[in-house]
Amino acid sequence: MWDYSETVKDHFYNPRNAGPLPEANAIGEVGSISCGDALRLMLKVDPDTETILDASFQTFGCGSAIASSSALTEMIKGKTLDEALKVSNQDIADFLGGLPPEKMHCSVMGREALQSAVANYRGTTWKDDHEEGELICKCFAIDSAMIEKTIRANNLCSVEQVTHYTKAGGGCSSCHEGIEEILARVLAERGERFSPAPPPAKKPRGKLSTLERIRRIEQVIERARPNLQRDHGDIELVDVDGKHIYVAMKGACAGCQMEALTLSGVEQQLIDALGEIVKLVPVKSTRSPSALSPA
Amino acid sequence: MSTLNALSKPIYLDNNATTRCAPEAVAAMLPFFTEQFGNPSSMHSFGAKVASAVKTARASLQKLLGAEYDSEIIYTSGGTEADNTAILSALKANPEKKEIITTTVEHHAVLHLCDQLEKEGYTVRKLKVDSRGRLDLDEYQALLSNKVAVVSVMWANNETGTLFPVERMAEMARAAGVLFHTDAVQAVGKLPMALKHSAIDMLSLSGHKLHGPKGIGALYLRRGVRFRPLLRGGGQERGRRAGTENVPGIVGLGVAAELALEHMQEENTRVRALRDRLQHAILSAVPCCFATGDIDHRLPNTLNIAFEYVEGEAILMLLSKQGIAASSGSACTSGSLEPSHVMRAMGIPYTAAHGTIRFSLSRENTVEEIDRVAAAVPDIIAQLRKLSPYWSGDGPVSDPAKAFNPSYA
Repeated sequence: MWDYSETVKDHFYNPRNAGPLPEANAIGEVGSISCGDALRLMLKVDPDTETILDASFQTFGCGSAIASSSALTEMIKGKTLDEALKVSNQDIADFLGGLPPEKMHCSVMGREALQSAVANYRGTTWKDDHEEGELICKCFAIDSAMIEKTIRANNLCSVEQVTHYTKAGGGCSSCHEGIEEILARVLAERGERFSPAPPPAKKPRGKLSTLERIRRIEQVIERARPNLQRDHGDIELVDVDGKHIYVAMKGACAGCQMEALTLSGVEQQLIDALGEIVKLVPVKSTRSPSALSPA
Repeated sequence: MSTLNALSKPIYLDNNATTRCAPEAVAAMLPFFTEQFGNPSSMHSFGAKVASAVKTARASLQKLLGAEYDSEIIYTSGGTEADNTAILSALKANPEKKEIITTTVEHHAVLHLCDQLEKEGYTVRKLKVDSRGRLDLDEYQALLSNKVAVVSVMWANNETGTLFPVERMAEMARAAGVLFHTDAVQAVGKLPMALKHSAIDMLSLSGHKLHGPKGIGALYLRRGVRFRPLLRGGGQERGRRAGTENVPGIVGLGVAAELALEHMQEENTRVRALRDRLQHAILSAVPCCFATGDIDHRLPNTLNIAFEYVEGEAILMLLSKQGIAASSGSACTSGSLEPSHVMRAMGIPYTAAHGTIRFSLSRENTVEEIDRVAAAVPDIIAQLRKLSPYWSGDGPVSDPAKAFNPSYA
């Protein structure tokens, strides 16, 4: 049995706002029956103020899914849609006094149902960028879909790199074998063989000339671009100023939730290529290197 | 929760997970923690007394299994070690053979080992099951060849209780010159066995599944079968399993084996009748549920019911609140997101596979307990279905697939 907080148990045993809401004018439905959870969130929204007058839910799911749904409805009643959208999945978990790491996806589902319901009210379609898979890293609640996506997007080839990009494997290390299995599978797709051996020790480098240094930076950036372009994004080198390398994130990469992960991955490759610690800084514009403003 | 239920003794129906260690076994073990603490390998009186107790327990297991010789019993730390030892020994003893036959519904002690062996270059053939969890023996026959090092097939499935025809399968393997191992962790103590008259070469068992202690099990190894130890070191167990014996555990296992033999008839009459009573009561009272597995050929104590449109962990939590312990093959109880591999192998739809509950009884259960569980379950299922988007009023929504249309699936 999971070690649930008293609040989780209370919301499970005594769910608030459960059942259909006949007057609902906003409905969000999310879930994956293969993963065993599905949530329908129903809102009654005041058209004049966009205030949530009432909220209810129906859930096919485990104890924490029901508790998360119940908590969410309590948290958003009385808020405007814009205020409600600021409720994060972590807020839901905090409201419940915490959830086991393996159960955090239940709070994510609540957050997504809310986004879906608001989109439904506003006449748009909410598109999730979320894929669920087997939970691999229980310390940081990272699933296989996230790891696979990151490996593909960044051409990763070692557990260490996966940890740099996603945090997965950075805790107790019990998931390293699982990460290796994913690496082997993804590398095989691109005709490469995964080697669990650590990368060879770096040879000490002589000091690079300024031209060599910039060429290496450009090479790393160019290597990263095709994967980002496949996801309708891009990265461009803007300027180099000592240890600071300025880049502009373009298209889908600009403002993407994975932007920080992408940047840290490219930064690590730059560090490897240059043999020195550098800082990758995203900026808004490619036009005026002398007036760089952080993104 | 009613006052009556709150004051009642908790009801334990999760005996396929583990059983209560029999008081007789506990009493027999205690002296081996205190005054009889010698090492059975020691050449003095402290060791001799203990070695005698280890021998007595071996004879009890021999009798329970119907083995020809007591020397065919090798003590292990449990079922997992016995399974691993059997399969790895067969591979090492037959290095020219690179194939393994098993099934899709084995315990992870076998499946995960086979997955690992596959990565190391072995070919693993997994027999599929039908919707009732049954094997196709023609498919099995077709896979048997001189390339196969070992067949490993469970005697009884831990989730559904479905029995496989392992004695017949062992004969087929022997005819093809292939070693046959069975993971009988769930079957030992519940079914009569006569291994000396069978073609089974290796059999795994675990103490805590038959009212013995945890951390002790055994591997039956037919005399004459080529063997390679998993653990090497001292000469314990005739060099077949190194490491100082878990003497209290072995003594407890021996007593548990004696008790299992004594209660075998009860297991197959009274316990079976209780299981059937529970099944009939639940299936009669709860709409949209069904018993999974081969209900005509299963363990006498096991009942696995799939409750459609509700999720297993939620059912378990509400049962637990009423003092009832069972288990679920649902994803959410394990931290995985996929439902049990056994349910998936049988092709149980996701809307039902996530709502499976296993009630596994023991000789300690009473008719009053069964009736309390039968009375509690319908309300619990109804309570959860009120929350389900797939349920409306007294029944499932007219087309569950269309009634709920999530943004991702």
